[in-house]
Amino acid sequence: MANPKQPVVRMSSITKHFLDVTANKNITFNLYPGEICALLGENGAGKTTLMNILFGYYTCDEGEIFIKEEKVNLSAPKDAISRGVGMIHQHFALVPSQTVLENIIIGADSGKGIFLDLKSARQELLQLQERFGLQIDPDARVWTLSVGEQQKVEILKALYREVDILIMDEPTAVLAPAEISDLFSTLRSLVKEGQSVVFISHKLNEVMDISDRIVVLRAGQVVAEKKTADTNTRELASFMVGRDLLEIIEKKTLNAGQPVLEIEKLDALNDKKLLALKSLNLVVRQNEILGLAGISGNGQKELSEVLFGIREPIGGLIKIDGGRLKFGNPAAIIKSKIGRIPEDRIDTGLLMDLTVEENLILENHSSSEFHRYGLMKSRKIHQFSEDLISAYDIMTAGRDAVTKSLSGGNLQKVMLARELAGRPKAIVASQPTRGLDVGAMEYIHQRILQERERGAGILLISEDLDEIFALSDRIAVLFEGAIMGEAHGEEASREQIGLWMSGVKK
Amino acid sequence: MGEMLDIAFISGLIGATMRMATPIIFATLGEILAERSGVLNLGIEGIMLMGAMTGFLITFTSGSIWFGVLAAAFVGSLLGLLMALLAVNLGLSQHVSGLGITLFATGLAMFIYRLHFGSPTVPPIIQPFKQIALPVLSKIPLIGPGLFTQYSLTYIAWMLIPVMSILLYKTKIGLKIRTVGENPVVADTVGVNVTLTRTLCLVAGGALMGVGGSFLTLAHQNMFLIDVIGGRGWVAIAMVIFGNWDPLKGTFGALIFGFLDGLQLRLQGMGIAISFHVFLMIPYLLTIVALIGVSRKAAVPASLLKPYRREEKGG
Ligand SMILES: Nc1ncnc2c1ncn2[C@@H]1O[C@H](COP(=O)(O)OP(=O)(O)OP(=O)(O)O)[C@@H](O)[C@H]1O
Ligand SMILES: [Mg+2]
Repeated sequence: MANPKQPVVRMSSITKHFLDVTANKNITFNLYPGEICALLGENGAGKTTLMNILFGYYTCDEGEIFIKEEKVNLSAPKDAISRGVGMIHQHFALVPSQTVLENIIIGADSGKGIFLDLKSARQELLQLQERFGLQIDPDARVWTLSVGEQQKVEILKALYREVDILIMDEPTAVLAPAEISDLFSTLRSLVKEGQSVVFISHKLNEVMDISDRIVVLRAGQVVAEKKTADTNTRELASFMVGRDLLEIIEKKTLNAGQPVLEIEKLDALNDKKLLALKSLNLVVRQNEILGLAGISGNGQKELSEVLFGIREPIGGLIKIDGGRLKFGNPAAIIKSKIGRIPEDRIDTGLLMDLTVEENLILENHSSSEFHRYGLMKSRKIHQFSEDLISAYDIMTAGRDAVTKSLSGGNLQKVMLARELAGRPKAIVASQPTRGLDVGAMEYIHQRILQERERGAGILLISEDLDEIFALSDRIAVLFEGAIMGEAHGEEASREQIGLWMSGVKK
Repeated sequence: MGEMLDIAFISGLIGATMRMATPIIFATLGEILAERSGVLNLGIEGIMLMGAMTGFLITFTSGSIWFGVLAAAFVGSLLGLLMALLAVNLGLSQHVSGLGITLFATGLAMFIYRLHFGSPTVPPIIQPFKQIALPVLSKIPLIGPGLFTQYSLTYIAWMLIPVMSILLYKTKIGLKIRTVGENPVVADTVGVNVTLTRTLCLVAGGALMGVGGSFLTLAHQNMFLIDVIGGRGWVAIAMVIFGNWDPLKGTFGALIFGFLDGLQLRLQGMGIAISFHVFLMIPYLLTIVALIGVSRKAAVPASLLKPYRREEKGG
């Protein structure tokens, strides 16, 4: 083991360009043995890039890397792995159709000769599970596991390779609160055994909770480095964004009006053909935000898919502004003026290879405003998209830029701009700030509140309790496909909501 | 219809099923290997034709039929390598690369054949493989003679089926192949060389396709004709889907094809004139029908058709 004062990882003067973007600019980063170091920064600040360089997945243009006091030249992840560096990406690197065991041993099989030695690999895996308290059935197919369990598989996969430097890129973004505390205790036991962890997150509270030291990146450069004990969330937020953030979101008192979104006795099946929504009832009124809390997998996905028109329920009805909604028909839903903010903006919300402008008019391209005799009116469309880009302050090279060149926060702005441009009466927002940095999150929250003031009724589906409490007029908890309980925003207590989320009725 | 079901007929049909399935088995296994690693090889039809031509030519000139088979495998692997260069190294469209290879190889096969033999009125012939009756086994009543009086290549095809299954599911390289085909990022991050794995699969798969083609000129017939493959490469593509990318199930499809193929030869011999092409359609129809049933559960390798580049956005 290295001298505790000597860093296990020393990255010095790292610079990395992607075409015209400088993702990392002269970054110096150290990791010490036995510590959890948090890496903070806005979307696009360069955190993932820096860690991908340490993992050998990207090669840096300039700079030097020392691992355990040895200068290294990492040309592929296997070079990093062989020096004890493991990385768990935000999008898990697992093969869903294979078993846990297969996923873990790929490339690191201990057996001699050409055959897989599943027996001794299983033995080894069970020992690791024992040692770190990570219980997973080795023969389960990965697609049957929850995200929390998949993450455990990723951690085991790293430990199986005898990694002692573990990089976790936004590990908590997809986890439920209980899973997060599980993860944290795992991380604590890892560092107790002498491992070092780099922890990337946007959630400042978590970072304060788990880390020993914090490094903040902004626009590809290190802007601050602090001991966790010597700082606070407010200071960290201002380092990240480069300005002070509004501490508390201001929310006008408004009286809720007519119902705009009514869900009655809704039954729907999930992909496995099991009942995911069970006679669900919900009402959202004008000038109101209904926060729908709950641990993921309790029907949120199915509910939003029904509301987006891509899943047909088996029973029940939905009314928008008093009119009955035609199911399974996205075109009808667009006409009925629902604003739809899907959970996964990259997969379902936006077409990443089209331009920003094309994405902005995606839903209205067939409205008579934008075409004549089937030909697009390009001047009108340019005007429309430029207006939205400036109104929503979308950072892009222009309306013609391809959408995938935008950062996470700006992608979400494009999403909002498109969905809110038609002044919808009802808005369904599913995890609208997942993966976004504090600055972008603040912006999205303010937008949602503006829509509320304008008179829209908003259904906010979120696993982030901070978000639910900050925005909601009423809070409902979804548990196993039905509403477990409902409370007024001001009166609700976290304890109560937490109990409902875990299915305890009081 | 009485005489149709006599013992000689059944035994003959079993034998024909086995024979006609042989080239499809080779080709299907070769294509499964390629597709499991994430590359659709539409060059298959052309690679089989080059295999058929090369096998014939080398046997004709060298006098050794096994040289012919080896040469077919070698040419098949070269074309597999070409496919790898285009679709894996350069990351070009797999559809375009594959169809291009089929067009190229078809022209090339004809060209080389003409160059060597000119345009003879009577096609030159070779001394083809002889069927070998396995002792004891071929004496089993009813099924014995049909199943166990076969060409060596047919026996090899049958041995390759379990070999391919074991390779894919029980060996280290098999796990790597499957992972590369499902998610090359995963494979890359654990130190598996994606490009090399895909290239090897295409090369080995190409060799199998080449041998499959050579069966048609070295065993099934004793001459080379330009339409000797007769769409069997495309049949193999269909069998891969029919078999859900699994060697055993794909072989089952190949057997059905062999059965229909053998049956139509027999029916034609009996004066029931139904065109070969009608029977050629049947496996496709069957595949389409089967796909309607299984497509929702189809185990398509998740990265099939997707070239892999490391520093692409989203990694
Ligand atoms: N493979 C790539 N090709 C081109 N540009 C890239 C690539 N990877 C990252 N970038 C760009 O580099 C910059 C830094 O990206 P990076 O992913 O490191 O940010 P991040 O801090 O991890 O952000 P987030 O919080 O959204 O994950 C961004 O502008 C991004 O668009
Ligand atoms: Mg990132």
